[in-house]
Amino acid sequence: MTNSIGEIEFSNVILATGTNTTENHPVIGSKVKRAVRRHGAKLIVIDPREIDLTKYADIWLRQKPGTDVAVINGLMNVIISEGLHAEKYIGERTEGFEAVKETVEKYTPEYVEEISGIPAEDLKTAARMYGSAESASILYAMGITQHTTGTDNVKSCANLAMLCGNVGIEGGGVNPLRGQNNVQGACDMGALPNVFPAYQQVTGDEARAKFEKAWGVSLSGTPGITVTEVPDAIINGKVKALYVMGENPMLSDPDLSHLEKALKKLDILVVQDIFLNETGELADVVLPSACFAEKDGTFSNTERRVQLIRKAVDAPGDAKPDWQIISELATKMDYAMDYSSTREIMDEVNELAPSYAGITYERIEKEGIPWPCPSADHPGTKYLHKDKFARGLGLFHAIEYIAPAELPDDEYPLILSTGRVLYHFHTGTMTRRAKGPSERYPESLVEINPADAEKYGIEDGKSIKVATRRGSVEAKASVTGRSPEGTIFANFHFREAAVNLLTNPAMDPIGKIPEYKVCAVKIEAA
Amino acid sequence: MDNKILLTIDERELEAKPGQTILEVAKEAGIYIPTLCYHPGTTNVGACRVCVVEVEGARTLVASCCMPVSPGMVVKTDTERVLDARKLVVELLWASGDHNCLTCESNGNCELQDLVYKLKIEEPRFKIEPPRYEVEDTNSMIQKDMNKCILCGRCVRVCNEIQVNEILDFSMRGSHARVGPAFDADYIDSECYFCGECVDVCPVGALTFKQARFEGRPWETEKVRTTCTYCGVGCQLDLNVLNGKIVKVTGNSEYGEPNQGSLCVKGRFGMDFVNHQDRLTTPLIRKNGELKEATWDEAYDFITEKIAAIKRENGADSIAGFSSARCTNEENYLFQKFMRAVIGTNNVDHCARL
Ligand code: SF4
Ligand code: SF4
Ligand code: SF4
Ligand code: FES
Repeated sequence: MTNSIGEIEFSNVILATGTNTTENHPVIGSKVKRAVRRHGAKLIVIDPREIDLTKYADIWLRQKPGTDVAVINGLMNVIISEGLHAEKYIGERTEGFEAVKETVEKYTPEYVEEISGIPAEDLKTAARMYGSAESASILYAMGITQHTTGTDNVKSCANLAMLCGNVGIEGGGVNPLRGQNNVQGACDMGALPNVFPAYQQVTGDEARAKFEKAWGVSLSGTPGITVTEVPDAIINGKVKALYVMGENPMLSDPDLSHLEKALKKLDILVVQDIFLNETGELADVVLPSACFAEKDGTFSNTERRVQLIRKAVDAPGDAKPDWQIISELATKMDYAMDYSSTREIMDEVNELAPSYAGITYERIEKEGIPWPCPSADHPGTKYLHKDKFARGLGLFHAIEYIAPAELPDDEYPLILSTGRVLYHFHTGTMTRRAKGPSERYPESLVEINPADAEKYGIEDGKSIKVATRRGSVEAKASVTGRSPEGTIFANFHFREAAVNLLTNPAMDPIGKIPEYKVCAVKIEAA
Repeated sequence: MDNKILLTIDERELEAKPGQTILEVAKEAGIYIPTLCYHPGTTNVGACRVCVVEVEGARTLVASCCMPVSPGMVVKTDTERVLDARKLVVELLWASGDHNCLTCESNGNCELQDLVYKLKIEEPRFKIEPPRYEVEDTNSMIQKDMNKCILCGRCVRVCNEIQVNEILDFSMRGSHARVGPAFDADYIDSECYFCGECVDVCPVGALTFKQARFEGRPWETEKVRTTCTYCGVGCQLDLNVLNGKIVKVTGNSEYGEPNQGSLCVKGRFGMDFVNHQDRLTTPLIRKNGELKEATWDEAYDFITEKIAAIKRENGADSIAGFSSARCTNEENYLFQKFMRAVIGTNNVDHCARL
């Protein structure tokens, strides 16, 4: 996020697009609702589904799934043609505006209505609302990123924010909401194929030299492959061994049958986790790890705030914290790692990751610190890009709308969109073992619009078969107006109805994120 | 802007900001005034009147939680008149319900109990009403016993004003007044999101965490502050632990950012997995197609040999690793260090994209 979570409550206008935040980040959802109910903020929701937030919205734009770029270009079209853009800010702090201006010219409200189904008048109202706000915050999540045009979508959000001078100010910014406790931290720590900790490029000679010196080995300067590229690399024989720590790709990744074939082809699959999950069942070696309540360490939340976790109970049996397992394994492989506590690891991070340099356990004992925090006396950074963008001038990107990779046709006439529900988390390994949440949401439900239900002879609460070109699953139907006509929604928490047997692995070329929000599907009563 | 207000509380000269209440100023100065219905961050409703104080010149006692300070105000918080009034409030509340601390889950964590003690009340003055309501225990998360409710309305206000879930409200009037989801429905039949915030703020034993029932008294359990393991908000919470088991999860507004004590259903009621029988407790190695228990050394040796062979034959880039958005920073740091420095490849990623 460029802003802090606390600022959300005090934005004048909040634009929430592609984020069902009341279910996925409920405490942030509450802040949005408080902004509306208690502080008079205006809320614009852009979402094909009638998510809870629409109840609080001043205006809800219900676009066809996957048409986000067109919608945002449309908003910009109105803002520019009505002169609501921040000319001074654009002139002083950004570059590339002219190209964007030219591109969005053809995205008139009427043209956007054709693409997205959003009434032209509504688009104008929303554009005026956002364009005339003193501080406006854009919130987005996987509804923006999980598309073949995910990177375009994200850049479009940034365009819109810069257009109105809404980056680098209190309460105004572009705020991706992270769905997992430490996605932010995993990225910050360099669990990415192209960067070392704190986003230092592996291709950079200076960065490499720095880490080679610190770690006492020579390092590869060739970026690695991404999670989503691994299955093909295994099938092609390029990858022979896979070490998976704390992930369950066998439920979370797209096109599971393909992935299963790949994992089975490996010479060795090592899985380190707290439960024997779907991926572990295919492993050659399984290592039992301690869960968050059984170890010390830090997580970095979606606002970049680094916070402590503390050991409350002992791990069961022989299970050990992941950091200890990695250290021991490394030492076995003749690379000594002899950390006696997580604090010592953080000391090393302080040395090597400039944005974490000043974040020590002592300092975050009472309250976490958001990075960048370059030194021990730096207070941390509440919102990014104040006065100046990280790269100097904020860069506009002119972006054209491209349709999703797989659209409905005669055989697969509906769109399938996937995501999470309030009561469960990711692949369900934890929440499905929790009594309360399972009682509240015991089985997978597929949301279907009443009109589609009637058309395909489907009844509420009855089993249906959902099929795509890649596979099929059975689940119960929930007939509800929450889903728009022509689109069904399914969650990926339940192994019995693993929706990632259905999803399309088509990826965004830059972000390498699969298109979970749109693929073509057919349904029938089971 | 800086127009300060000067006033006196219990003979102490104090400074206040305009708009502050007597209660807020007293609290800041460390002067104790009891409260029940007051809950920071929500509307001051002045419902319980246990916070009354004497203000010079005012005919009646005033509720300090609702009364803004004014220049020259002279306040007394511990006169006999004040103490008598507080006692009366507490004695009436005691009599209005089934406050049998022996069996109450909130024993030791009850603001009514504390007040009876602090105000030195020896015995109930009024006749105690027999229980009128059935205890609601139709779901596994929240237990509701309206016989203990003191109608402070905190639950209603946090549900509507903090969580903005808009589920709870008062129903009926007068002596039949009660709180709950719309149409007097059970929690489980309502639209409730089970954030448990209402339970966390209930000052008595009217709303309690069902799974914590009989799992430990508050003076036996230890609260360990940590960060929620679920979504990216990173809520600060307390794991309440007894004998190596998490018995419940509570929030604490004093922890401040990012959640000011608020939680959602996952952080609140999603922790059963920690102590679940399915947890892995020993390394496993596949032998003849089946995963068999092994020691750490066997597992490490197995991995070390295989990986070394693969690396020798196919190079380091034939090995890939998935780190985890679920693990700590320290673990992610080590994992990528392991892949890069020990294995020798940049094939490391995690599921941020999924
Ligand atoms: S659990 Fe949460 S949503 Fe449900 S009634 Fe209580 S405060 Fe409201
Ligand atoms: S249930 Fe608890 S919090 Fe709610 S009104 Fe009754 S006593 Fe107060
Ligand atoms: S309590 Fe809920 S909102 Fe807070 S971090 Fe946990 S899952 Fe997220
Ligand atoms: S706390 Fe002031 S009236 Fe209840």
